[in-house]
Amino acid sequence: MRFNLILFLFFLSFILANCESQPHRQGEILYQNFCANCHMDDGSGLAGNIPPLAQSDYVRQNQGQLACIIRYGMEGAIVVNGKTYQNPMAGIPQLSEFEIANIVNYINQAWENDYGYLQLKAVREALEKCKQ
Amino acid sequence: MEVDGQMVYAQIPDFAFIGQDSNLVTNATFAGKAYVADFFFTSCPTICPIMTKNMLKIYERFRDSTNLLLLSHTIDPKRDTVGRLHQYAHNLGVDSGKWFFVTGNKDSLYEIADDYFNVVIEDPTLPAGFDHSGRFVLVDPQKHIRAYCQGTDSVAVKKFMEDIETLLDEI
Ligand code: HEC
Repeated sequence: MRFNLILFLFFLSFILANCESQPHRQGEILYQNFCANCHMDDGSGLAGNIPPLAQSDYVRQNQGQLACIIRYGMEGAIVVNGKTYQNPMAGIPQLSEFEIANIVNYINQAWENDYGYLQLKAVREALEKCKQ
Repeated sequence: MEVDGQMVYAQIPDFAFIGQDSNLVTNATFAGKAYVADFFFTSCPTICPIMTKNMLKIYERFRDSTNLLLLSHTIDPKRDTVGRLHQYAHNLGVDSGKWFFVTGNKDSLYEIADDYFNVVIEDPTLPAGFDHSGRFVLVDPQKHIRAYCQGTDSVAVKKFMEDIETLLDEI
C-alpha cells in the first residue's frame, strides 16, 4: 500500500514536471510550422529584414494586436527595438482563434520573454475588432 | 565525376548579372577567388530567410578572408529589382564588395542555377510561386564546384564552412 502511494506520488510528480516544462506544446509546434521560417526557431528574425519576436518591445507593447497580425498580416514600416523594418508579412488565415491564442502564449513565454498570458476571450475580442 | 582516373569537377560557365549597386557582376568579378553561391528571392516565405541567416554566418566567419566572396542570385527578377536587392543587402548590413546580390535575365538565372546543382522551378500552385532546392555551392578559382550543402541545415552548413576553410588554405 505504502509502496503504491510512493509510486503514485512519483508518477504524479513526473506528470506535473512534464506539464511544467512543456506548457505551450501546441503553440510551439504551430510556431515552428507557421512562423519559424521567417522569425527563426530562436525568435531572432533575420537581420534588418524580419523583426525578432524574442525580447521584442513591439510584442511586449502590442499584445492586443498580435492576434490580428497573425491572422491578417501587416505591412508598412514598424520599429522593433529601435530598428526599422518594412517588409510585408502575409496573414495566416487558416489558424483558428484557439491556435492563435496558443501561438501568442508560446511567444509570450519563449526565449526569456515574460510578457504574460493572453486569454482566448481577449484573442476573440481582438479578432472581432480587426475583422476584414 | 572521374575521367581516366582523374577527378573532374563540374564547371561554372561565364555569366553576367547586375548587382545591388547597379554594378555589372560577372565571372571576372570572382577571378582568382573562391565563392559561395545560392539562389533565393526576397519575398520568399519558406526556406530563404533561414538560408540567408546561414549565409550571414558564413559571411561573418570569413569576413576578413579576401579570397572568399558570396553570390546570391534572385530567382524572382520581376519583383527583385536592383533597388529591392540593394535594400535587402543594406538591411543585412553586409559589404557590397564581398556579398553580391544579383538579378538579370530570368532564363539566364534559371539556366545557371542548374549549373550550380540548384533546381529552380516556377510553380504557380505554391504560395510563393517558386520551388527551389536551397543549396549552397562552393566554387574554386578555376570555376569548379568543390562542395555543396543544404543551406537550411545548420549542421551541414557548419561542415561546409570547414570545406571552405580547406579550399582557402589551397589558394
Ligand atoms: C514570410 C515571413 C513571415 C512569416 C511566415 C511570419 N512573419 Fe511575422 N513578420 C514578418 C515580417 C517581414 C514582419 C515585419 C512587418 C512590417 O514591417 O510591417 C513581421 C512582423 C511580425 C510581428 C510584429 C513585429 C515584431 O517582431 O515584434 C509579429 C508579432 C509577428 N510578425 C509574428 C508572427 C507570427 C506569430 C508568425 C506565425 C504565426 C509570423 N509572424 C509569421 C515576416 C513573417
